[in-house]
Amino acid sequence: MEKLTTVEGGAYPFGMKNVDTDIVIPAHWLKTISRNGLGKGAFEVLRKEPGNVFDDPAYAGSPILIAGDNFGCGSSREHAAWALGDLGIKVVIAPSFSDIFSGNAFKNGILTVVLPQEAVDRLLEVAKTDPIHVDLEAQTVTTQFQDRFSFEIDPFRKHCLLGGLDEIGLTLGEADVIDSYEAKVAQDRPWIAPAAVA
Amino acid sequence: MVKPRTLYEKIWDAHVVERRPDGTCLLYIDRHLVHEVTSPQAFEGLRLAGRKVRRPDLTLAVPDHNLPTTPRRDADGNRIPIADPESAQQLAALEKNAPEFGVRLIGDADREQGIVHVVGPEQGFTLPGTTLVCGDSHTSSHGALGALAFGIGTSEVEHVLATQTLLLKQSKTMEVVVDGELAPGVTPKDVALAICGHIGTAGGTGYVMEYRGSVFRDMSIEGRLTVANMSIEAGARSGLFAPDEKTFAYIKGRPMAPKGADFDAAVAWWKTLVSDEGAVFDKTVVIDAADIVPTVTWGTSPEDVVAVTGVVPDPQSFADPSKQAAAQKSLDYMGLTAGQKMADVAIEHIFIGSCTNSRIEDLRAAAALLKGRHIAAGIKHAMVVPGSGLVKEQAESEGLDRIFLDAGFEWREPGCSACLGMNPDKVPAGERCASTSNRNFMGRQGPGSRTHLVSPEMAAAAAITGRLTDVRELLSNPVTA
Repeated sequence: MEKLTTVEGGAYPFGMKNVDTDIVIPAHWLKTISRNGLGKGAFEVLRKEPGNVFDDPAYAGSPILIAGDNFGCGSSREHAAWALGDLGIKVVIAPSFSDIFSGNAFKNGILTVVLPQEAVDRLLEVAKTDPIHVDLEAQTVTTQFQDRFSFEIDPFRKHCLLGGLDEIGLTLGEADVIDSYEAKVAQDRPWIAPAAVA
Repeated sequence: MVKPRTLYEKIWDAHVVERRPDGTCLLYIDRHLVHEVTSPQAFEGLRLAGRKVRRPDLTLAVPDHNLPTTPRRDADGNRIPIADPESAQQLAALEKNAPEFGVRLIGDADREQGIVHVVGPEQGFTLPGTTLVCGDSHTSSHGALGALAFGIGTSEVEHVLATQTLLLKQSKTMEVVVDGELAPGVTPKDVALAICGHIGTAGGTGYVMEYRGSVFRDMSIEGRLTVANMSIEAGARSGLFAPDEKTFAYIKGRPMAPKGADFDAAVAWWKTLVSDEGAVFDKTVVIDAADIVPTVTWGTSPEDVVAVTGVVPDPQSFADPSKQAAAQKSLDYMGLTAGQKMADVAIEHIFIGSCTNSRIEDLRAAAALLKGRHIAAGIKHAMVVPGSGLVKEQAESEGLDRIFLDAGFEWREPGCSACLGMNPDKVPAGERCASTSNRNFMGRQGPGSRTHLVSPEMAAAAAITGRLTDVRELLSNPVTA
């Protein structure tokens, strides 16, 4: 996973509430065999609307998405996080997220920042004209207009994002405890592995 | 004195590799089922990172979601191409990934192929007291055998492939107690639907359920699989049955199950897997078996249940304003009006299949009603999709296929079929299906499709009359051949 320390840049001033993962990426995109390329399907239905922020050249390539309450609710499809990542989004800022989406985003190196509605409203304004700065180490979101909003994050997630550590890499680092667990189980329940099938 | 523990806590404790200060545990995973939809990206992740599958012997791959249920090989044994290129690509990816990573694949034309949640128990891959995962929410099914089984996302699939573990926090526990005796015509599916209706689709969120009481003790293993399957529809990621003599008898002799002295040693441990006297559950739900009747769904959530003898509810009758709005939206989608009798609702499609109800007992129950009868004139399409190739063979050896075919049903190859709109089996927009599957979500069986969840018996009854029907009417008026 890529390290995420600070992100500076434009932000999509999206702001819509209760965006479910069907809106983020419709079901027919689930037939892919890759994590890549899903950006094309991101917000597919909304992008049919003229004037939508995702097709506005002013915001193209922005690394930040500013969303509304309960972002990422509904289906557990990890494709939603993959689609945002493919779009180049590294940080999503909203008043709240669904647990599943938040977990999926984190597993894909995307930071979800929870801020109060007033702060989100202010950032939605700023994003229309100016860049936003996110500092994970300091746990702050700032603008060039003296705005400074602090956010909370699970220490383990912060550690993983800062170091670009993926959970799998971390768990593989504990291979010795897994080895000893397996050795113990092989003693206690020697029948546990499935019988080989000819 | 040792603190009394629930069945869930016993299985959990036996699988903790490491406990972190914040309560997160590295949990060992004994069994991993893999299918073609949620695994390609996980295998790709391993490949990109140069990682291997830690325990291919604990992993089993079976395609099911995308496969058409029409014949897969022509008379010469050549593969009949899958029309949808994306489905074909997902299948091809599984067929490449499984051997590359040393994982056993039960392929599309193997006689053991079927829906992963039918194949696991059938092959003896699923065992009591194991932790079992799959990138599919209906993994809860395997709890019927006393396995702690739950659905996971694709990153977790990759994590399990690479490490054979998951990072998890322990869930709360809920006992669901149903005592008494089920009346004739009342099936395990009706029990599952009754539970969804009773606690709601979010009622079990954050909990692992344990099914307790005489109804569950008396239930067959296949009935338990139906109930455990729908735990997720009541919000619970897992639902457990304590393994008993029926469980041991079911497992004995299955291809991947322990044999001989190993089996005896396994049974000795499995017998300890019961909730201790005095174990405390975080929540208890009690339902009287006498209150459970043949049930149908009227709306677009599995909690929208009503007796088949009942009427479509009035949205205004719900106390919660958000539920009122949701109910009205459901009725609009379903093309139903408040007060309409469920037994007057005409049906155009019948689907007997899915990981909920596609096992041999389900097919026998439906066939018993259909024997000597025919689908009604208004039924446009009726099909039976056995849960696995072995279920299909068994049914054919009993002559059930003839009964279905004579009654006007199609007899298909195994797979997920019309439970979800990922393969060619779909219900057309605006048309109505009596379905033995598990989700009546909007568009689940195809865009605009209207689903009524029912038991196999009730699906057969609806096929005969062309409308939702109380199976008990047909039980009391058997056809004389």
